[in-house]
Amino acid sequence: MSLKALDYDSLNENVKNCQYAVRGELYLRASELQKEGKKIIFTNVGNPHALGQKPLTFPRQVVALCQAPFLLDDPNVGMIFPADAIARAKHYLSLTSGGLGAYSDSRGLPGVRKEVAEFIERRDGYPSDPELIFLTDGASKGVMQILNCVIRGQKDGILVPVPQYPLYSATISLLGGTLVPYYLEESENWGLDVNNLRQSVAQARSQGITVRAMVIINPGNPTGQCLSEANLREILRFCCNERLVLLGDEVYQQNIYQDERPFISSKKVLMDMGAPISKEVQLISFHTVSKGYWGECGQRGGYFEMTNIPPRTVEEIYKVASIALSPNVSAQIFMGLMVSPPKPGDISYDQFVRESKGILESLRRRARMMTDGFNSCKNVVCNFTEGAMYSFPQIKLPPKAIQAAKQAGKVPDVFYCLKLLEATGISTVPGSGFGQKEGVFHLRTTILPAEEEMPEIMDSFKKFNDEFMSQYGVGYSRM
Amino acid sequence: MRRFLISQAKKGLVDHTTRRQHHQTRSFLSLLPPSFSANSPRAAPLVSLSRFMSSTSDMAASSDSTSSLPVTLDSINPKVLKCEYAVRGEIVNIAQKLQEDLKSNKDAYPFDEIIYCNIGNPQSLGQLPIRFFREVLALCDHSSLLDETETHGLFSTDSIDRAWKILDQIPGRATGAYSHSQGIKGLRDVIAAGIEARDSFPADPNDIFLTDGASPAVHMMMQLLLSSEKDGILCPIPQYPLYSASIALHGGSLVPYYLDEATGWGLEISDLKKQLEEARAKGITVRALVVINPGNPTGQVLAEENQRDIVNFCKQEGLVLLADEVYQENVYVPDKKFHSFKKVARSLGYGEKDMSLVSFQSVSKGYYGECGKRGGYMEVTGFTSDVREQIYKMASVNLCSNISGQILASLVMSPPKPGDDSYDSYMVERDGILSSMAKRAKTLEDALNNLEGVTCNRAEGAMYLFPRINLPHKAIEAAEAEKTAPDAFYCKRLLNATGVVVVPGSGFGQVPGTWHFRCTILPQEDKILAIVDRLTAFHKSFMDEFRD
Repeated sequence: MSLKALDYDSLNENVKNCQYAVRGELYLRASELQKEGKKIIFTNVGNPHALGQKPLTFPRQVVALCQAPFLLDDPNVGMIFPADAIARAKHYLSLTSGGLGAYSDSRGLPGVRKEVAEFIERRDGYPSDPELIFLTDGASKGVMQILNCVIRGQKDGILVPVPQYPLYSATISLLGGTLVPYYLEESENWGLDVNNLRQSVAQARSQGITVRAMVIINPGNPTGQCLSEANLREILRFCCNERLVLLGDEVYQQNIYQDERPFISSKKVLMDMGAPISKEVQLISFHTVSKGYWGECGQRGGYFEMTNIPPRTVEEIYKVASIALSPNVSAQIFMGLMVSPPKPGDISYDQFVRESKGILESLRRRARMMTDGFNSCKNVVCNFTEGAMYSFPQIKLPPKAIQAAKQAGKVPDVFYCLKLLEATGISTVPGSGFGQKEGVFHLRTTILPAEEEMPEIMDSFKKFNDEFMSQYGVGYSRM
Repeated sequence: MRRFLISQAKKGLVDHTTRRQHHQTRSFLSLLPPSFSANSPRAAPLVSLSRFMSSTSDMAASSDSTSSLPVTLDSINPKVLKCEYAVRGEIVNIAQKLQEDLKSNKDAYPFDEIIYCNIGNPQSLGQLPIRFFREVLALCDHSSLLDETETHGLFSTDSIDRAWKILDQIPGRATGAYSHSQGIKGLRDVIAAGIEARDSFPADPNDIFLTDGASPAVHMMMQLLLSSEKDGILCPIPQYPLYSASIALHGGSLVPYYLDEATGWGLEISDLKKQLEEARAKGITVRALVVINPGNPTGQVLAEENQRDIVNFCKQEGLVLLADEVYQENVYVPDKKFHSFKKVARSLGYGEKDMSLVSFQSVSKGYYGECGKRGGYMEVTGFTSDVREQIYKMASVNLCSNISGQILASLVMSPPKPGDDSYDSYMVERDGILSSMAKRAKTLEDALNNLEGVTCNRAEGAMYLFPRINLPHKAIEAAEAEKTAPDAFYCKRLLNATGVVVVPGSGFGQVPGTWHFRCTILPQEDKILAIVDRLTAFHKSFMDEFRD
């Protein structure tokens, strides 16, 4: 008997240690149930088109024309494509050599990076340099590239909010670094307390960890809060004092559902603070075509912008990007379109505004319906989803339920979510997949199910929850 | 050793769970409530609050003493510094600057354009995409076209049928949604059927992982296999630098084996064995063998006999066979044929339980050359289910590969068939591209062999020629004076004199003391003739300058 080439025991430990809950046990069970013919409502991934959101028409027209450039020579092309889509397709094809079929510059097409820089300038009121913008296959790839540069080994720590989006824990684990958690305050609407940060850093250092970077997710995933300008200033000052790179995950910047706290970018706040701090804090901001009212998850398009990163480091990041050759070109064009949508007066402008506003306003209503729905349930409390795409209600599990979970060999919130899935077909992610304080349990749902289905979903959730709570201890509450 | 620092700041508790406990029983996130002891029978030692408090004063000192910003060249991951990727290295940077300067300074140069022969990027050099593939992709991207009657005048009927078929395989017809992390199931079914048709052995759609080009798939395998410098991967020399770069990034050791230039870049099992034993003697656990067939940069197509020996070698030595088969459609000589390693292994009677084999395929190569799409897949066979789960998990962290790349991967594995509306035009496009590549390869090969001191093996497949240049001593000395590798010196001179961009052999590895460069066969035919003229003139003057 010859040696077996790959034993589980001999795999890279970092790979085995990595966890990714969004597609974990619950998702697998949901997929099984779906195969058995049960209707499943997937609210586990922020994947709007999978739940029926229609793509915006204009960008799809432009990209279809770039896919099939021979159509541009056909005299009948105007019968099925508007003139501004045709013009825009020609524009993007002129920015490439070889259209969608050629590798681009490893950082992305220079012309698209220029459009991204112009967008950032319009948004923030400060200049942006296309040379410091790299396009990526989705924001996740960008996060991985940057963390790969920052993490040298186990002694390097990255400050990550808890609850957090598990991309961060999974990537840090894969790269063999150390995750240093800081807790968001649920009772303060998931606010970020800088004293808490200081404690986390101090504690990590006492363990011999060199804390190198801090991640913020704004608007928050899974927590849905929007950071205030004052809070962002504190964070930037903290990063400056502690010499941390700030990684600003700003992929939900279009998804804002209240008017008190609009999105404000970390870069703008940093620049507003002026010198010397504006020249000192190293900042990397991430964006994507997967979220917002675009929701083009399947395209895998994103970018990151680097601020105050020394040129030789930028070169190294470029080198690593070049090993992957280039990000996919159609997603680069989606990114170009996202940062420079149709303008007033363009043929497609009205339709574009109608579609995007429709999506955003409906999301705003759904965010409200979901929060209110959860708050009407026994032993459930939920902060309002100010932004992003998720609700993250706290489920106050009675001792009997925790006992039952233990007997079933499950973490209590996993136990709850599995029961919810079996009873209602609603596929959520347990809070333990994102991190939460001891003895406190949550689940994450997206706010993405179709608006007309929302009342029924919330009703069936309430029915399940109230029965669950009666079964495991009537009216019990920790409060 | 802890993987994560798990803390609950309020209570000042730190969980000292050991690495072993950690990876076997619990994840970071379930660890977060440190005293959720139902899951942890072992009592975790706690760091007291007082120790925590006393360390805060050290913290201020240590942060003040940190003289540099967190992300500087001195403080980034040394593995990042170490890796090299010559295909887009220094010479390409010089070429890009020349190209910029040419726009305003045309008269300063003895050439009027830069010709990129450094990278296998056919469509950037004028190769047209296969129309049928693009029709299907356009229809999938903008599926409301399928409801318009005018569409029938603009698109072939089989592209419309195929687009419907594909959309029906995507839940909700949502091409803008993340898919299953392995790729859309219906597309994997099509790919598996394509592999079966190619090999006459069964293929399982669950073995297929669709990826953003073949490169991320290679990275995933390296990440899985390499834990430290003590883990080695046998790689051909010369090799495509993706492998050396990826091994460096993941902190493993490259164990080289030399291809034999004198026998048409043949692979000698005896050399493999020797290298393996040497590596083992140094304490390296060799985990896998990389074979690139057809070869990059060397262009050879392995004989079936040779492939059998390789398969047997991997089986005997317990190595994973990583088969880079992205050039499977690019074979230019009648006496050679592409055989997949999976087919060879199955023909020898080796099944799922006998050996671990990974085959990589891409939409970037072949006659399709769709590099910008970032589509590809790996077929993973002979892995136990627990290992497969780990691969799936890695794929899931990146959510999924891009959907049009996935669709295209299914199309290249199931192109139009006889009788389909597009079949005739598809065949004309396909054969036109492949026969032109063969012709270009031959033209370049002959021209190179006519140069003084240059020998070039024939390009049996892939997209490259890898000629050997016997550089005169004087040239080597001149290169040393410039602190440049002699072949890089030659390539820079070539670039400055002709505008032709090639990659020095040192970027791929070569037998010490020999010098090569890699040149793609991808410029269009008229350009190839221009390259031949310029290269011949350049080489003559180079030799006149440096001849011993």
